[in-house]
Amino acid sequence: MLSRRIIPCLDVRDGKVVKGVRFRDHVVMGEIVELALRYRDEGADELVFYDITASPEGRRVDRGWVERVAREIDIPFCVAGGIRSVADAREVLHAGADKVSINSPALERPELIDELAAAFGVQCVVVGIDSMRDADGEWRVRQYTGDPSKTRSLARRTLDWMMEAQRRGAGEIVLNCMDTDGVREGYDLVQLTAARKGCTVPLIASGGAGAMTHFRDAFTQARVDGALAASVFHGGAIAIPELKRYLQREGIVIRLQETVDHE
Amino acid sequence: MSVVLVDAGGTNIGSVRYALQRLGVDAALTADAKSIRAADKVILPGVGAAAPGMARLRELGLVDVIRSLTQPVLGVCLGMQLLCEHSEESDTACLGVIPASVHKFEETPERCVPHMGWNRLSPVSSHPLLKNLEEGDWAYFVHSYAVPTGKYTLVSSDYGGLFSAVIASGNFHGMQFHPERSARVGAKLLKNFLEL
Repeated sequence: MLSRRIIPCLDVRDGKVVKGVRFRDHVVMGEIVELALRYRDEGADELVFYDITASPEGRRVDRGWVERVAREIDIPFCVAGGIRSVADAREVLHAGADKVSINSPALERPELIDELAAAFGVQCVVVGIDSMRDADGEWRVRQYTGDPSKTRSLARRTLDWMMEAQRRGAGEIVLNCMDTDGVREGYDLVQLTAARKGCTVPLIASGGAGAMTHFRDAFTQARVDGALAASVFHGGAIAIPELKRYLQREGIVIRLQETVDHE
Repeated sequence: MSVVLVDAGGTNIGSVRYALQRLGVDAALTADAKSIRAADKVILPGVGAAAPGMARLRELGLVDVIRSLTQPVLGVCLGMQLLCEHSEESDTACLGVIPASVHKFEETPERCVPHMGWNRLSPVSSHPLLKNLEEGDWAYFVHSYAVPTGKYTLVSSDYGGLFSAVIASGNFHGMQFHPERSARVGAKLLKNFLEL
Protein backbone atom coordinates (compact mmCIF):
# COMPACT_ATOMS: atom_id res chain seq x y z
CA MET A 1 0.00 0.00 0.00
CA LEU A 2 1.18 3.43 -0.93
CA SER A 3 1.69 5.61 2.13
CA ARG A 4 0.19 9.05 2.55
CA ARG A 5 2.90 11.69 2.44
CA ILE A 6 3.79 14.42 4.91
CA ILE A 7 5.51 17.26 3.08
CA PRO A 8 7.12 20.25 4.81
CA CYS A 9 7.52 23.27 2.57
CA LEU A 10 10.53 25.53 3.07
CA ASP A 11 10.85 29.03 1.67
CA VAL A 12 14.28 29.76 0.26
CA ARG A 13 15.71 33.15 -0.47
CA ASP A 14 19.27 33.75 -1.64
CA GLY A 15 20.24 30.25 -0.62
CA LYS A 16 18.87 30.40 2.95
CA VAL A 17 15.64 29.15 4.48
CA VAL A 18 13.55 32.12 5.54
CA LYS A 19 10.22 32.75 7.14
CA GLY A 20 8.10 35.81 7.05
CA VAL A 21 5.55 37.39 4.85
CA ARG A 22 6.56 36.73 1.29
CA PHE A 23 8.38 39.62 -0.39
CA ARG A 24 8.52 41.53 2.89
CA ASP A 25 10.81 41.19 5.89
CA HIS A 26 12.31 37.77 6.16
CA VAL A 27 13.95 36.12 9.10
CA VAL A 28 16.67 33.70 8.15
CA MET A 29 15.86 30.37 9.78
CA GLY A 30 19.02 28.61 8.82
CA GLU A 31 21.03 26.72 6.28
CA ILE A 32 19.02 24.79 3.72
CA VAL A 33 20.92 21.53 3.98
CA GLU A 34 20.84 21.52 7.78
CA LEU A 35 17.07 22.08 7.93
CA ALA A 36 16.44 19.62 5.13
CA LEU A 37 18.37 16.94 6.99
CA ARG A 38 16.50 17.73 10.21
CA TYR A 39 13.16 17.17 8.48
CA ARG A 40 14.49 14.05 6.81
CA ASP A 41 15.51 12.68 10.22
CA GLU A 42 12.11 13.51 11.67
CA GLY A 43 10.43 11.43 8.97
CA ALA A 44 9.33 13.91 6.31
CA ASP A 45 8.41 11.90 3.21
CA GLU A 46 9.37 14.61 0.79
CA LEU A 47 10.40 18.27 0.84
CA VAL A 48 9.28 21.22 -1.20
CA PHE A 49 11.59 24.20 -1.54
CA TYR A 50 9.81 27.30 -2.63
CA ASP A 51 12.44 29.60 -4.09
CA ILE A 52 11.19 33.12 -3.48
CA THR A 53 14.43 34.59 -4.79
CA ALA A 54 12.93 34.30 -8.24
CA SER A 55 12.16 37.89 -9.13
CA PRO A 56 9.17 39.08 -11.11
CA GLU A 57 11.63 40.91 -13.35
CA GLY A 58 12.96 37.53 -14.45
CA ARG A 59 16.48 37.99 -13.21
CA ARG A 60 18.69 34.92 -13.15
CA VAL A 61 18.58 33.02 -9.87
CA ASP A 62 21.50 31.22 -8.25
CA ARG A 63 20.38 27.65 -7.73
CA GLY A 64 23.67 26.30 -6.41
CA TRP A 65 21.81 25.22 -3.28
CA VAL A 66 19.81 22.62 -5.25
CA GLU A 67 22.94 20.59 -5.86
CA ARG A 68 24.03 20.94 -2.23
CA VAL A 69 20.66 19.57 -1.10
CA ALA A 70 20.79 16.75 -3.66
CA ARG A 71 24.23 15.67 -2.43
CA GLU A 72 23.10 15.33 1.18
CA ILE A 73 19.43 14.44 1.13
CA ASP A 74 18.14 10.91 0.47
CA ILE A 75 14.43 11.60 0.22
CA PRO A 76 12.70 13.17 -2.79
CA PHE A 77 12.46 16.92 -3.12
CA CYS A 78 10.68 19.36 -5.37
CA VAL A 79 11.70 22.89 -6.32
CA ALA A 80 9.02 25.52 -6.84
CA GLY A 81 9.28 29.17 -7.78
CA GLY A 82 10.55 30.95 -10.84
CA ILE A 83 10.59 28.00 -13.22
CA ARG A 84 9.39 29.47 -16.50
CA SER A 85 10.93 27.30 -19.20
CA VAL A 86 12.26 23.86 -20.09
CA ALA A 87 15.77 25.30 -19.61
CA ASP A 88 14.95 26.50 -16.06
CA ALA A 89 13.52 23.09 -15.22
CA ARG A 90 16.46 21.24 -16.75
CA GLU A 91 18.91 23.20 -14.61
CA VAL A 92 17.03 22.31 -11.42
CA LEU A 93 16.45 18.65 -12.34
CA HIS A 94 20.03 18.11 -13.48
CA ALA A 95 21.23 19.61 -10.20
CA GLY A 96 19.37 16.76 -8.51
CA ALA A 97 15.81 17.85 -7.76
CA ASP A 98 13.23 15.10 -8.36
CA LYS A 99 10.42 17.37 -9.48
CA VAL A 100 9.68 20.94 -10.40
CA SER A 101 6.49 22.72 -9.46
CA ILE A 102 5.05 25.45 -11.65
CA ASN A 103 2.19 27.78 -10.91
CA SER A 104 1.86 31.33 -12.36
CA PRO A 105 4.06 30.61 -15.44
CA ALA A 106 1.73 27.73 -16.34
CA LEU A 107 -1.22 30.11 -16.21
CA GLU A 108 0.59 32.57 -18.46
CA ARG A 109 1.44 29.86 -20.95
CA PRO A 110 -0.27 26.50 -20.33
CA GLU A 111 1.87 24.84 -23.06
CA LEU A 112 4.72 24.95 -20.55
CA ILE A 113 3.13 21.92 -18.87
CA ASP A 114 3.16 19.95 -22.15
CA GLU A 115 6.74 20.97 -22.84
CA LEU A 116 7.99 19.90 -19.41
CA ALA A 117 6.11 16.59 -19.55
CA ALA A 118 7.54 15.84 -23.00
CA ALA A 119 11.07 16.76 -21.95
CA PHE A 120 11.24 15.06 -18.54
CA GLY A 121 8.17 12.85 -18.11
CA VAL A 122 4.99 13.60 -16.21
CA GLN A 123 6.49 12.31 -12.95
CA CYS A 124 8.72 15.41 -12.78
CA VAL A 125 5.95 17.92 -13.37
CA VAL A 126 3.93 19.28 -10.46
CA VAL A 127 1.36 21.97 -11.07
CA GLY A 128 0.56 24.20 -8.11
CA ILE A 129 -2.83 25.87 -8.09
CA ASP A 130 -3.78 28.78 -5.82
CA SER A 131 -7.52 28.82 -5.41
CA MET A 132 -10.10 30.98 -3.67
CA ARG A 133 -13.89 30.86 -3.40
CA ASP A 134 -15.50 33.87 -5.01
CA ALA A 135 -18.68 35.61 -3.86
CA ASP A 136 -20.74 33.57 -6.36
CA GLY A 137 -19.57 30.36 -4.69
CA GLU A 138 -17.21 29.25 -7.47
CA TRP A 139 -13.59 28.38 -6.77
CA ARG A 140 -11.35 30.33 -9.11
CA VAL A 141 -7.63 30.50 -9.70
CA ARG A 142 -5.36 33.23 -8.36
CA GLN A 143 -2.10 34.22 -10.01
CA TYR A 144 1.10 35.83 -8.64
CA THR A 145 0.09 35.10 -5.05
CA GLY A 146 3.71 35.39 -3.92
CA ASP A 147 3.27 39.15 -3.88
CA PRO A 148 -0.03 40.43 -2.45
CA SER A 149 0.24 43.66 -4.46
CA LYS A 150 0.47 41.70 -7.73
CA THR A 151 -2.03 38.94 -7.03
CA ARG A 152 -4.66 38.63 -9.77
CA SER A 153 -8.03 36.91 -9.80
CA LEU A 154 -8.58 34.89 -12.94
CA ALA A 155 -11.81 33.90 -14.64
CA ARG A 156 -10.62 30.30 -14.76
CA ARG A 157 -12.45 27.94 -12.49
CA THR A 158 -10.08 25.96 -10.28
CA LEU A 159 -11.36 22.52 -11.19
CA ASP A 160 -11.37 23.31 -14.94
CA TRP A 161 -7.75 24.39 -14.68
CA MET A 162 -6.87 21.29 -12.70
CA MET A 163 -8.38 19.07 -15.42
CA GLU A 164 -6.56 20.99 -18.14
CA ALA A 165 -3.25 20.74 -16.26
CA GLN A 166 -3.71 16.96 -16.00
CA ARG A 167 -4.55 16.64 -19.69
CA ARG A 168 -1.43 18.60 -20.56
CA GLY A 169 0.82 16.38 -18.48
CA ALA A 170 0.84 17.36 -14.82
CA GLY A 171 1.99 14.31 -12.84
CA GLU A 172 0.86 15.77 -9.54
CA ILE A 173 -1.40 18.60 -8.40
CA VAL A 174 -0.79 20.75 -5.32
CA LEU A 175 -4.04 22.53 -4.48
CA ASN A 176 -3.41 25.51 -2.25
CA CYS A 177 -6.72 26.62 -0.80
CA MET A 178 -6.22 30.28 0.02
CA ASP A 179 -9.42 30.68 2.03
CA THR A 180 -8.01 28.36 4.67
CA ASP A 181 -4.30 29.20 4.21
CA GLY A 182 -2.65 30.74 7.25
CA VAL A 183 -5.75 30.35 9.42
CA ARG A 184 -4.74 26.95 10.84
CA GLU A 185 -8.31 25.77 11.10
CA GLY A 186 -7.92 22.83 8.81
CA TYR A 187 -7.55 22.03 5.13
CA ASP A 188 -10.44 22.97 2.82
CA LEU A 189 -12.04 19.54 2.81
CA VAL A 190 -14.98 20.57 0.63
CA GLN A 191 -12.77 21.89 -2.14
CA LEU A 192 -10.23 19.06 -1.86
CA THR A 193 -13.02 16.47 -2.02
CA ALA A 194 -14.39 18.13 -5.15
CA ALA A 195 -10.90 18.18 -6.68
CA ARG A 196 -10.27 14.54 -5.78
CA LYS A 197 -13.27 13.46 -7.88
CA GLY A 198 -11.62 14.69 -11.05
CA CYS A 199 -7.99 14.22 -10.15
CA THR A 200 -6.44 11.00 -11.46
CA VAL A 201 -2.87 11.95 -10.56
CA PRO A 202 -1.59 12.38 -6.99
CA LEU A 203 -3.29 15.28 -5.20
CA ILE A 204 -1.54 17.23 -2.45
CA ALA A 205 -3.47 19.36 0.04
CA SER A 206 -2.05 22.75 0.97
CA GLY A 207 -3.27 25.56 3.19
CA GLY A 208 -4.84 25.39 6.61
CA ALA A 209 -3.02 22.77 8.67
CA GLY A 210 -3.10 23.71 12.34
CA ALA A 211 -3.61 20.44 14.21
CA MET A 212 -2.92 16.76 13.75
CA THR A 213 -6.62 16.04 13.19
CA HIS A 214 -6.51 18.28 10.10
CA PHE A 215 -4.03 15.94 8.44
CA ARG A 216 -6.18 12.95 9.33
CA ASP A 217 -9.28 14.58 7.86
CA ALA A 218 -7.50 15.49 4.63
CA PHE A 219 -6.42 11.87 4.21
CA THR A 220 -9.63 10.13 5.30
CA GLN A 221 -12.27 12.56 4.04
CA ALA A 222 -10.71 14.21 1.00
CA ARG A 223 -8.50 11.17 0.25
CA VAL A 224 -5.52 13.31 -0.76
CA ASP A 225 -2.18 11.58 -1.36
CA GLY A 226 -0.11 14.06 0.58
CA ALA A 227 -0.44 17.00 2.91
CA LEU A 228 1.82 20.00 2.68
CA ALA A 229 2.42 22.41 5.53
CA ALA A 230 4.95 25.01 6.54
CA SER A 231 4.38 27.10 9.64
CA VAL A 232 3.11 24.32 11.92
CA PHE A 233 6.31 22.38 11.28
CA HIS A 234 8.74 25.31 11.32
CA GLY A 235 7.24 26.82 14.46
CA GLY A 236 7.25 23.49 16.25
CA ALA A 237 3.46 23.40 16.78
CA ILE A 238 3.42 19.92 15.26
CA ALA A 239 6.34 17.50 15.42
CA ILE A 240 6.46 15.12 12.47
CA PRO A 241 7.29 11.94 14.45
CA GLU A 242 4.33 12.53 16.75
CA LEU A 243 2.07 13.40 13.80
CA LYS A 244 3.01 10.21 11.98
CA ARG A 245 2.43 8.02 15.02
CA TYR A 246 -0.95 9.69 15.51
CA LEU A 247 -1.94 9.12 11.86
CA GLN A 248 -0.92 5.49 12.09
CA ARG A 249 -3.06 5.04 15.20
CA GLU A 250 -5.92 6.54 13.19
CA GLY A 251 -5.52 3.75 10.66
CA ILE A 252 -3.79 5.75 7.93
CA VAL A 253 -0.99 4.11 5.96
CA ILE A 254 2.08 6.09 6.88
CA ARG A 255 5.84 5.52 6.64
CA LEU A 256 7.13 5.25 10.19
CA GLN A 257 10.31 3.28 9.87
CA GLU A 258 12.79 6.12 9.67
CA THR A 259 11.67 7.73 12.89
CA VAL A 260 11.41 4.40 14.69
CA ASP A 261 15.03 3.71 13.77
CA HIS A 262 16.06 6.80 15.68
CA GLU A 263 14.38 5.83 18.91
CA MET B 1 36.50 -0.97 -6.82
CA SER B 2 35.43 0.87 -9.95
CA VAL B 3 31.78 1.71 -10.46
CA VAL B 4 30.41 3.41 -13.56
CA LEU B 5 27.10 5.07 -14.20
CA VAL B 6 25.99 4.71 -17.80
CA ASP B 7 25.15 8.17 -19.08
CA ALA B 8 21.91 7.47 -20.89
CA GLY B 9 20.69 11.01 -20.48
CA GLY B 10 18.33 10.64 -17.51
CA THR B 11 17.92 13.46 -15.03
CA ASN B 12 18.47 11.32 -11.92
CA ILE B 13 22.09 10.51 -12.71
CA GLY B 14 23.34 13.18 -10.31
CA SER B 15 21.17 11.84 -7.49
CA VAL B 16 22.41 8.27 -7.96
CA ARG B 17 25.98 9.49 -8.09
CA TYR B 18 25.58 11.44 -4.84
CA ALA B 19 23.98 8.41 -3.15
CA LEU B 20 27.05 6.35 -4.08
CA GLN B 21 29.31 9.14 -2.77
CA ARG B 22 27.49 8.98 0.55
CA LEU B 23 28.55 5.31 0.60
CA GLY B 24 32.14 6.32 -0.10
CA VAL B 25 32.21 5.34 -3.78
CA ASP B 26 33.02 7.83 -6.50
CA ALA B 27 31.29 6.53 -9.62
CA ALA B 28 32.35 7.82 -13.02
CA LEU B 29 29.65 8.96 -15.39
CA THR B 30 30.41 7.53 -18.81
CA ALA B 31 29.07 6.48 -22.19
CA ASP B 32 32.40 4.94 -23.20
CA ALA B 33 32.16 1.22 -24.04
CA LYS B 34 35.69 0.44 -22.88
CA SER B 35 35.21 2.04 -19.44
CA ILE B 36 31.88 0.26 -19.02
CA ARG B 37 33.38 -3.14 -19.89
CA ALA B 38 36.31 -2.55 -17.53
CA ALA B 39 34.22 -1.52 -14.49
CA ASP B 40 33.63 -3.81 -11.50
CA LYS B 41 30.03 -2.65 -11.22
CA VAL B 42 27.78 -0.99 -13.79
CA ILE B 43 24.70 1.06 -12.97
CA LEU B 44 22.12 2.05 -15.56
CA PRO B 45 20.06 4.87 -14.07
CA GLY B 46 17.20 6.49 -15.86
CA VAL B 47 14.22 8.74 -15.61
CA GLY B 48 12.18 9.31 -18.73
CA ALA B 49 10.60 7.10 -21.35
CA ALA B 50 11.59 3.70 -22.73
CA ALA B 51 11.79 4.59 -26.44
CA PRO B 52 14.14 7.59 -26.10
CA GLY B 53 16.12 5.62 -23.49
CA MET B 54 16.74 2.75 -25.93
CA ALA B 55 17.34 5.19 -28.81
CA ARG B 56 20.04 6.87 -26.76
CA LEU B 57 21.74 3.53 -25.94
CA ARG B 58 21.67 2.62 -29.65
CA GLU B 59 23.14 6.00 -30.66
CA LEU B 60 25.92 5.50 -28.16
CA GLY B 61 26.55 1.98 -29.48
CA LEU B 62 25.94 0.54 -26.02
CA VAL B 63 23.19 -2.02 -26.66
CA ASP B 64 25.49 -4.97 -27.32
CA VAL B 65 28.03 -3.67 -24.81
CA ILE B 66 25.50 -3.84 -21.98
CA ARG B 67 24.07 -7.18 -23.15
CA SER B 68 27.52 -8.77 -23.05
CA LEU B 69 28.52 -7.56 -19.57
CA THR B 70 29.39 -10.26 -17.04
CA GLN B 71 30.00 -8.13 -13.91
CA PRO B 72 27.09 -7.11 -11.65
CA VAL B 73 24.79 -4.64 -13.42
CA LEU B 74 22.02 -2.63 -11.74
CA GLY B 75 19.23 -0.84 -13.56
CA VAL B 76 17.32 1.78 -11.59
CA CYS B 77 13.70 2.73 -12.43
CA LEU B 78 13.62 3.18 -16.22
CA GLY B 79 17.09 1.59 -16.21
CA MET B 80 15.52 -1.57 -14.76
CA GLN B 81 12.78 -1.55 -17.40
CA LEU B 82 15.38 -1.21 -20.17
CA LEU B 83 17.00 -4.46 -18.96
CA CYS B 84 13.75 -6.31 -19.74
CA GLU B 85 12.71 -7.76 -23.10
CA HIS B 86 9.96 -5.40 -24.05
CA SER B 87 8.07 -2.36 -22.79
CA GLU B 88 4.49 -1.48 -23.62
CA GLU B 89 5.60 2.15 -23.49
CA SER B 90 5.65 3.06 -27.22
CA ASP B 91 5.94 -0.70 -27.93
CA THR B 92 9.71 -0.66 -27.34
CA ALA B 93 12.11 -3.58 -27.71
CA CYS B 94 14.52 -3.36 -24.77
CA LEU B 95 17.87 -4.96 -23.91
CA GLY B 96 16.36 -8.36 -23.13
CA VAL B 97 18.81 -9.47 -20.44
CA ILE B 98 16.06 -10.13 -17.88
CA PRO B 99 13.20 -12.33 -19.18
CA ALA B 100 10.41 -9.94 -18.21
CA SER B 101 8.17 -7.42 -19.89
CA VAL B 102 6.97 -3.99 -18.83
CA HIS B 103 3.28 -3.06 -18.74
CA LYS B 104 1.32 0.12 -18.11
CA PHE B 105 -0.35 0.49 -14.73
CA GLU B 106 -4.06 0.66 -15.33
CA GLU B 107 -5.72 3.71 -13.85
CA THR B 108 -8.61 2.96 -11.52
CA PRO B 109 -10.57 5.17 -9.11
CA GLU B 110 -8.45 3.69 -6.31
CA ARG B 111 -5.16 3.83 -8.18
CA CYS B 112 -3.60 7.06 -9.42
CA VAL B 113 -1.01 6.77 -12.15
CA PRO B 114 1.89 7.53 -11.89
CA HIS B 115 2.49 5.42 -8.81
CA MET B 116 4.26 8.12 -6.85
CA GLY B 117 5.34 7.88 -3.25
CA TRP B 118 6.53 5.49 -0.56
CA ASN B 119 5.44 1.88 -0.73
CA ARG B 120 6.38 -1.27 1.15
CA LEU B 121 8.80 -3.92 -0.01
CA SER B 122 8.15 -7.61 0.36
CA PRO B 123 11.12 -9.91 -0.30
CA VAL B 124 9.99 -13.09 -2.06
CA SER B 125 13.29 -14.93 -2.43
CA SER B 126 16.72 -14.81 -0.87
CA HIS B 127 19.53 -13.06 -2.68
CA PRO B 128 22.70 -11.27 -1.48
CA LEU B 129 21.24 -8.03 -2.91
CA LEU B 130 18.54 -8.23 -0.21
CA LYS B 131 20.83 -8.54 2.81
CA ASN B 132 19.21 -6.95 5.90
CA LEU B 133 16.12 -6.01 3.91
CA GLU B 134 13.06 -6.53 6.05
CA GLU B 135 9.46 -7.25 5.16
CA GLY B 136 7.63 -3.92 5.06
CA ASP B 137 10.68 -1.70 4.49
CA TRP B 138 9.66 1.47 2.65
CA ALA B 139 10.99 2.62 -0.73
CA TYR B 140 10.21 5.62 -2.92
CA PHE B 141 8.58 4.87 -6.27
CA VAL B 142 7.76 7.08 -9.26
CA HIS B 143 6.58 5.21 -12.35
CA SER B 144 3.65 4.57 -14.66
CA TYR B 145 4.88 1.27 -16.12
CA ALA B 146 5.72 -1.84 -14.12
CA VAL B 147 7.00 -5.41 -14.41
CA PRO B 148 4.53 -8.08 -13.26
CA THR B 149 5.80 -10.59 -10.72
CA GLY B 150 7.49 -13.70 -12.10
CA LYS B 151 10.37 -16.06 -11.51
CA TYR B 152 12.80 -13.14 -11.87
CA THR B 153 11.12 -11.24 -8.98
CA LEU B 154 13.22 -10.84 -5.81
CA VAL B 155 11.01 -8.28 -4.11
CA SER B 156 7.39 -7.43 -4.78
CA SER B 157 5.30 -4.45 -3.85
CA ASP B 158 1.54 -3.88 -3.88
CA TYR B 159 -0.24 -1.11 -5.72
CA GLY B 160 -3.75 -2.35 -6.39
CA GLY B 161 -2.05 -5.66 -7.20
CA LEU B 162 1.46 -7.08 -6.91
CA PHE B 163 4.28 -5.97 -9.18
CA SER B 164 8.07 -6.40 -9.21
CA ALA B 165 10.07 -3.98 -7.06
CA VAL B 166 13.41 -5.79 -7.48
CA ILE B 167 14.23 -8.26 -10.25
CA ALA B 168 17.33 -10.21 -11.24
CA SER B 169 18.57 -12.67 -13.80
CA GLY B 170 22.19 -13.81 -13.59
CA ASN B 171 24.41 -10.75 -13.19
CA PHE B 172 21.63 -8.31 -14.16
CA HIS B 173 19.59 -6.66 -11.41
CA GLY B 174 16.89 -4.02 -11.41
CA MET B 175 15.16 -1.82 -8.85
CA GLN B 176 11.88 -0.17 -9.83
CA PHE B 177 12.01 2.33 -6.95
CA HIS B 178 14.67 4.97 -6.44
CA PRO B 179 17.24 3.68 -3.92
CA GLU B 180 18.95 7.08 -4.08
CA ARG B 181 15.74 8.64 -2.71
CA SER B 182 14.67 5.84 -0.35
CA ALA B 183 16.51 7.02 2.77
CA ARG B 184 18.31 4.30 4.72
CA VAL B 185 16.52 1.41 3.02
CA GLY B 186 17.81 2.63 -0.33
CA ALA B 187 21.34 3.12 0.99
CA LYS B 188 21.29 -0.42 2.38
CA LEU B 189 20.31 -1.88 -1.00
CA LEU B 190 22.88 0.16 -2.92
CA LYS B 191 25.53 -0.96 -0.45
CA ASN B 192 24.47 -4.58 -0.98
CA PHE B 193 24.84 -4.12 -4.74
CA LEU B 194 28.33 -2.69 -4.31
CA GLU B 195 29.23 -5.73 -2.22
CA LEU B 196 28.00 -8.33 -4.76
